[in-house]
Amino acid sequence: MCAKSTTPHLETLLAQAGCGRDASTGALAMPIYQVATFQHPALGQSTGFDYSRTSNPTRLALEQTLAAAEGGVRGFAFASGMAALDCVVRLFRPGDELVLTEDLYGGTYRLLEQIVRPLGITAHYVDTSQPAQVAEALARPNVRAVLLETPSNPLLKIADIRAIAAQARARDQLVIVDNTFLTFANLRPLAMGADLAVYSASKYLGGHNDVVAGVVVAGSPELADRLAFLQNATGAILGPQDSWLLLRGLKTLPLRLERQQRNAQLLAEWLARHPRVTAVHYPGLPGHPGGALLAAEKSGCGAMISFAVASAAQAPEVLRRVRVFRFAESLGGVESLITYPCQQTHADIPAALRARLGIHDRLLRLSVGVEHIDE
Amino acid sequence: MKLDTRLLHAGRDRDPYTGASSVPIYQCSTFAQRDPEKFGPYDYARSDNPTREALELAIADLEGGDRGLAFASGMAATSTVLLLFQPGDHLICAEDVYGGTYRVLTTLFRQWKLEVTFVDATDLEKVCRAIRPDTRAIFVETPSNPLLKITDLTGIAALAREHKLLAITDNTFMTPVTQRPLELGFDIVVHSATKFISGHSDVIAGLAAVRGEELGRRLKRLQNSFGAILGPQDSWLTLRGLKTLGARFAAQQTTAARIAEWLQSRPEVSRVHYPGLPDHPGHDVHFRQASGAGAVVSFELAGGGDAAKALLRRVELMLMAVSLGGVESILSYPATMSHAALPRPERLARGITDGLVRLSVGLEAFEDLTADLERGFSKT
Repeated sequence: MCAKSTTPHLETLLAQAGCGRDASTGALAMPIYQVATFQHPALGQSTGFDYSRTSNPTRLALEQTLAAAEGGVRGFAFASGMAALDCVVRLFRPGDELVLTEDLYGGTYRLLEQIVRPLGITAHYVDTSQPAQVAEALARPNVRAVLLETPSNPLLKIADIRAIAAQARARDQLVIVDNTFLTFANLRPLAMGADLAVYSASKYLGGHNDVVAGVVVAGSPELADRLAFLQNATGAILGPQDSWLLLRGLKTLPLRLERQQRNAQLLAEWLARHPRVTAVHYPGLPGHPGGALLAAEKSGCGAMISFAVASAAQAPEVLRRVRVFRFAESLGGVESLITYPCQQTHADIPAALRARLGIHDRLLRLSVGVEHIDE
Repeated sequence: MKLDTRLLHAGRDRDPYTGASSVPIYQCSTFAQRDPEKFGPYDYARSDNPTREALELAIADLEGGDRGLAFASGMAATSTVLLLFQPGDHLICAEDVYGGTYRVLTTLFRQWKLEVTFVDATDLEKVCRAIRPDTRAIFVETPSNPLLKITDLTGIAALAREHKLLAITDNTFMTPVTQRPLELGFDIVVHSATKFISGHSDVIAGLAAVRGEELGRRLKRLQNSFGAILGPQDSWLTLRGLKTLGARFAAQQTTAARIAEWLQSRPEVSRVHYPGLPDHPGHDVHFRQASGAGAVVSFELAGGGDAAKALLRRVELMLMAVSLGGVESILSYPATMSHAALPRPERLARGITDGLVRLSVGLEAFEDLTADLERGFSKT
């Protein structure tokens, strides 16, 4: 790494991500080690790299950058956000129970319900923005961990990570935070008491809607060792090309997010004044529950907005008519996207549960990009 | 179309829009939709990506399966297949599988209550005796790693069918150019495509091919839910490697056969394992199910562990490394590499001795490879 002084600012760390690691050529950008295996200098000796599933120099550059950015012990890069979550889930055993944010990404719900529950691991879903519900859930005897999505998806509810972490630590429970929406540019969950930070890196970290990847950063050596074993054993690793693209994307993360958040704030205020919009959810709007928690951490409010139109028929109309916002899955990239949660990201959650959570058919979700606000 | 042709033209061999002679690399995570109520064929790249799909169609075609799937690594392919099973299920597994498979079965999956019995799969009697009421599948590798033991695929498939079990095999060493287990009655084939299929020691990738639409759909759903997918760049590189698989494998196999015979004539070598040798156990069974003997030769040094290590230290041309199947020859030491995950007593019980060395033969000339080995044998 180029930085020699004490911990540099995040912008500096990321601008120089992967830089200067190739001593033999001095190449500034990280080389792409498109290679599966490595010559051993002698029997019983290794260069530190043997087989790319276990460790690859390009992926390692990415993983070390992520650990430094998150303030963790070690980072791990996976083929997708789901693969990262799968690895975390494998830390638990049949009989263990998990507490999760109830309005969470539909793919996580699908994983927990259709695959993990039959394996004997039970998930309990609560409104993690409500301290009483969290406390009650954590008090159950077999609960081993709580997995928080904050802000939640898609209603952007905020959980009090510090308070939850304090409760969990008292019970020897793990705190896992899916930090996809805010990223370490806003919040560092490990510094707030969490044990693991997970990401769909396809979103803000990659930032260009061109990579599918997942990340886990461990806050302790013990968890790091267990995750290293799991990543190697199940091999759901991120390839070198995609690792390099993610490194490249990280360089502009603070810049991108700054612009995206500024746009989102203006857009949320505009939507709140709009006659055809009945509700707007954005942590930067006055009165958004939990906004004060983010302010206390000096965190930005992210660039995700969800809003409701007056009737179900209007939602598909909005989707058809928008020209600058693209109607596509995913979020977090420089291009603005609009999605329809009840049919897309949250389609795997049963209708009755969606209704109770307020993910109804009038709700639309925006991922705000870096376009000019006027457009 | 003959197999050699299908290696080049199976699946999607060109870009339907521009006619580009190879499928474009779709380096994207998401796809814009025209209509909120009717999505296009692609929505999110974890679920489907056109570049990865081209590879998946190709492997399905080459293995004679109904569905192909591409994963981040061979272990990711195997791990996703193992998710077909539930706690309380029982699996019969060949005892000399790749160490990584042994590792996930005895750690992760055992923790999730998948029971495993390891048997000598070359003996159908022993496999049959291991079947229990809760058995769901049989998992084999043939030729095995590293002793190249031969398992009767037709026999295993028949047993599986009789007892309503899934028959799964790791076909990495032979590849579909030489052996097609789905056509012999197997349900699922997995590959470390890192090896012969990609062929250049430059991609980590896994593949699965499935017989049966419903089973194919189940595995596709698991691939989507667990997301251990192969990225677009690596998919494209694997496809590129596939084009020369037939030509590479044929050349490497020919050299391997010559090297196996040459090794047999050497006093430094006490035993050679190679399916092409007439006295290799299972030779006849192998040639009923495969059209070639492959390009991996294992041999035991008469001088045991010390001689093996000396050989590995002295070779200069071959890479001394893990892995196999690339265009460069690789010499490996199973005791500390592919089978390091096995505790030593387990390893020795399987015949993987301290003096055993595994050679993956590449495209170098026979004369240069044997000169390198001679250098390795020399006592000065």
